[in-house]
Amino acid sequence: MGVFYGRIEKLDTGFMAEYFPLYVEAAKLTFRLGMTGILFSLVIGVVCSLAGYYHVPVLRQIAVVYVELSRNTPLLVQLFFLYFGLPKIGVMLSSEGCAVIGLSFLGGSYMAEALRSGLEAVEKGQMESALAIGLNRFQVMRYVIFPQALATSVPPLCANVIFLIKETSVFSVVALADLMYVAKDLIGLYYQTDEALLMLVISYLVLLLPISVAAGLIERRLRYAGFGD
Amino acid sequence: MEGQEKLLEIHHLHKDYGNGAVLKDVSLDIHKGEVLVLIGPSGCGKSTFLRCMNGLEQIQSGEIRLDGEVITDPKTKWSEVRQKIGMVFQSYELFPHMTVINNILLGPLKVQKKEKKEAEKEAEQLLERVGLLDKKDAYPRQLSGGQKQRVAIVRALIMKPEILLFDEVTAALDPEMVREVLDVMLELAKEGSTMVIVTHEMQFARAVADRIVFLDGGEVVEMAAPEQFFTQPETERAKRFLDTLSFE
Repeated sequence: MGVFYGRIEKLDTGFMAEYFPLYVEAAKLTFRLGMTGILFSLVIGVVCSLAGYYHVPVLRQIAVVYVELSRNTPLLVQLFFLYFGLPKIGVMLSSEGCAVIGLSFLGGSYMAEALRSGLEAVEKGQMESALAIGLNRFQVMRYVIFPQALATSVPPLCANVIFLIKETSVFSVVALADLMYVAKDLIGLYYQTDEALLMLVISYLVLLLPISVAAGLIERRLRYAGFGD
Repeated sequence: MEGQEKLLEIHHLHKDYGNGAVLKDVSLDIHKGEVLVLIGPSGCGKSTFLRCMNGLEQIQSGEIRLDGEVITDPKTKWSEVRQKIGMVFQSYELFPHMTVINNILLGPLKVQKKEKKEAEKEAEQLLERVGLLDKKDAYPRQLSGGQKQRVAIVRALIMKPEILLFDEVTAALDPEMVREVLDVMLELAKEGSTMVIVTHEMQFARAVADRIVFLDGGEVVEMAAPEQFFTQPETERAKRFLDTLSFE
């Protein structure tokens, strides 16, 4: 403990103040790319889970292969493939393009699985009773099946959001000045390891804690207030 | 029943799940205002038969007509037909994420595009009739089985269907709640609603039916007025079935 206190005293606050704006910029970038990726992940997740739910031929098989491919390869490898591999066959993507595509490719499968479990948890009779009052298939999904599936899927979906934002820490490999990149850069340049890492941890916490708290609130609302429990 | 308007006509219905026929050449006419009760041993195809009537099951051959129009055509717009053929299920199947009133209003608002105020008034009147107006803002989970089933009946009724299908609607209920649901159905019958009821409640069947249809092995084995069916069944199979239900 003594050592720890000693080091805190020796923290170079001047250095931290000076490079604070870099972290703010990086956090903004991380947040922006993270959120964009998450949005696309949700879209991919909805499409894949519905393809499975409705047994859509071809699309369903594609979804299965995609989910396995995406969940069983690390984001780092996916990014390498996009950034260094694709140019070899003539496809050039910007760093941000790679980051968003990579994150969406990874997140889509996680979102799909979270939604699939929710959809499967909805009683089969719900579909029939909704059809029986004359709703068309789209309305059945929109008003009856999906809201129930979503309620079940909220905890895993929220966990995925947090997971995906954390995964953005590998974006630096495609030359993006995200939080991780800034910290590594500062360490490399000035050897101020403690300060750089401390600010990195704080930055992620500042980004993720509010999301985590919000997710907890949504879950509690769904669990306790929803459906008359 | 002669001379009365035919509401639902079923001709040579054949249904197969791929491992043997479930319904074999079933033909039946249901007249306006008639209460038809389908009985028969488990697995005889009576629920399947009912579900074919509103397209929840696909049929392999045969034809069903509603008001003279064929509804077993591939081009059938089921969402329109189903507004005319209401259905109540054994396991209620209320929508758990909606309050009672919203369960009832979903059809009128989204399918029939009715005005909310008007639909709400109708829903409240119907809830009043089944004695559940005070539960209109409750969630299904807060209701007893009998209450849920009465809400499910209201949800079907509010569409003003021409015919109502009841699929073993008391089978999942505790015995003391069966009566409250059957009473609602008896009242509907008295008002002249056209109903097709699948049930195991023989006394109720006898009280409510205009005609009993006895199904066994996917075939209509016997069709008769309730008094005649229960006292003098014509076929051996019907006799055997009724014997298994009595303790004499």
